[in-house]
Amino acid sequence: MRKTFTAMLVATALAASFAAPAMAEGERFVLISHAPDSDSWWNTIKNAIKVAGDQMDVTVEYRNPPTGDLADMARIVEQAIASNPDGIILTIADFDVLSGPVADAVDQGIPVITINSGTQAQSEAMGALLHVGQSEYDAGFGAGKRAAAAGVTSFLCVNHYITNPASVERCKGFAEAIGADVGTSMIDSGQDPAEIKNKVIAYLAANPDTGAVLTLGPTSAHPTLAALDEESLSGEIFFGTFDLSGEIADAIKADVIAFAIDQQPYLQGYMPVIILTNLARYGVLPSGHMNSGPGFITKDSISFVEKYAGVYR
Amino acid sequence: MSDERVKQVSNLRRAMIRPELGAIAGAVLVFAFFLIIAGDSGMFAPKGIQNWTVVSAQFAIIAVGACLLMIAGEFDLSVGSMIGFAGIVIAILSVQWGWPVWLAIIVAFVVCIGLGALNGFLVIKTGLPSFIVTLAFLYILRGMTIWLSILTTQKTIIGGVKQVAEGDWLAPVFGGTILKGLFQWFADQGLIDTFTRGSREGQPVVEGVPMLVVWAIGLIIFGQWLLTKTRFGNWIFASGGDAQAARYVGVPVNRVKMLMFMFTAFCACVFATAQVMEFGSAAADRGLLKEFEAIICVVIGGALLTGGYGSVIGAALGALIFGVVQQGLFFSGAESSLFRVFLGTILILAVILNTYIRRMITGER
Repeated sequence: MRKTFTAMLVATALAASFAAPAMAEGERFVLISHAPDSDSWWNTIKNAIKVAGDQMDVTVEYRNPPTGDLADMARIVEQAIASNPDGIILTIADFDVLSGPVADAVDQGIPVITINSGTQAQSEAMGALLHVGQSEYDAGFGAGKRAAAAGVTSFLCVNHYITNPASVERCKGFAEAIGADVGTSMIDSGQDPAEIKNKVIAYLAANPDTGAVLTLGPTSAHPTLAALDEESLSGEIFFGTFDLSGEIADAIKADVIAFAIDQQPYLQGYMPVIILTNLARYGVLPSGHMNSGPGFITKDSISFVEKYAGVYR
Repeated sequence: MSDERVKQVSNLRRAMIRPELGAIAGAVLVFAFFLIIAGDSGMFAPKGIQNWTVVSAQFAIIAVGACLLMIAGEFDLSVGSMIGFAGIVIAILSVQWGWPVWLAIIVAFVVCIGLGALNGFLVIKTGLPSFIVTLAFLYILRGMTIWLSILTTQKTIIGGVKQVAEGDWLAPVFGGTILKGLFQWFADQGLIDTFTRGSREGQPVVEGVPMLVVWAIGLIIFGQWLLTKTRFGNWIFASGGDAQAARYVGVPVNRVKMLMFMFTAFCACVFATAQVMEFGSAAADRGLLKEFEAIICVVIGGALLTGGYGSVIGAALGALIFGVVQQGLFFSGAESSLFRVFLGTILILAVILNTYIRRMITGER
């Protein structure tokens, strides 16, 4: 009897010690992205904040401009600030548009972490705590260096989101690494798959010497795969892409795509939630920025990665 | 002939007042323009022709539906969202739930035509402009599409349709290619080139006629026949011209409009199914802005936004102009962002031309 009582006492004490941090639980964070509603890539980040939110017992709201309009995004940031969250996570899609609203948040004492697009310097200039992401130019340049090593001197950049400055940076980095002119190598492909496919075919017909193709995500990569297949160029032309999906993984295994550049978006959703929660609860903060990518997924590493493609990778 | 109540109309004048006149002139101009600036770029080689034909066919499929609906006096702004929705429905049913592909396609058609009927029902019952009602569905359907795809798969692109469609009897009707033998024969005769490298070496560069093109031609013929050769076609004109007057003479205006909404939805579903079958995946962002592209084709084709006037052949030519301009700029090596500028300019020019010609001929002020 006495033993049971002691056990109960211990259990209660244990429960109490677990409950202690719970007093501070339930923080609310807002993650604001620049992506239009339907951009499939952001699912990974949505899944990441769901996992992080459950693990840390916090609420993370995902907000975005439905059409990808960056001016709308600035309004969303202002709304988020007005709701006084415990922290804001946002992408620096356009420094000039967003620096004003973010400065307001920082001035109000709301901690801000920037993720995804933008540079570490821009993040610092805004007064954010740190940046989790990859430099778009460097990622493109790294991809270009791999292409250059394979002897590529000309390329086609299939840009399906040309209004985002970051997408142009990717093409620019690649172009400079192989010594090509980005102006004549980049096409504004639009988002309709049949149009993307036929634009790629038309470009390759008009420029038959094109040595490589770079796509900026699944939206442009899938129709480009179909275009190369139809042109009998699959595996003949050097093909690199940003981001990963089931189809891209299959193409890597089939030697059609040489590599996929993975910026590991999961970390961009997961880490800021963990960092902000720990900052709110215990006041701890890592010093310095965090590079989530670029990682290159090739035929060697694909089998491990593809299991979670589109969900966590 | 000798009836003094019927004014004599010359054949020239009769030819001039056809609504598609502007579109015919526009098509000739556009082809002449690209023959001059991109004639040697491969745009008019078999491969190039297939290239812009497929894009034009895609526009034509939705333009036929939009055209008939616009002549009947209504708009459908939910076409683009309907395309995304239908694609996701097919992918979820066939890939996620493992239904046979033919059943998934049929269910998608039933759902889409039902939604078209709902659009029509709301417009007729509330008397609200179809612009508003279908604008609401533009948002409702897009939101539903994204929500459904994330709810069932946690992704907004659902792939793997090609694998499950293997051996299905209905899938090739939308995503297949016909006349392969004929084109192989063309290649054997040296009329079209063959691939010289890669996995398809020796095969003709143009495999055959994609079903997308067959559907487009079929829908154009059906639409033109319906509009000009049947009593129902007259009802469509009457409903759009003056609905009240049409009712007085016994035209079932509500039924006509309802059927046209359903037909527009059917066209959107054909578009979506062909796309899903060709690319093997559905995505929640498919079909963005397609409703406006359909309307552009129809307006270039000479239809009036106020209804009661227009032509399916004109809309088809509008689609052809749209496709040729978009692809032609790539062949000619122009800066790719400029095609939207071009398109807007052509739209304005076509409408001015159409209005001017009509005023001149009919004498209306």
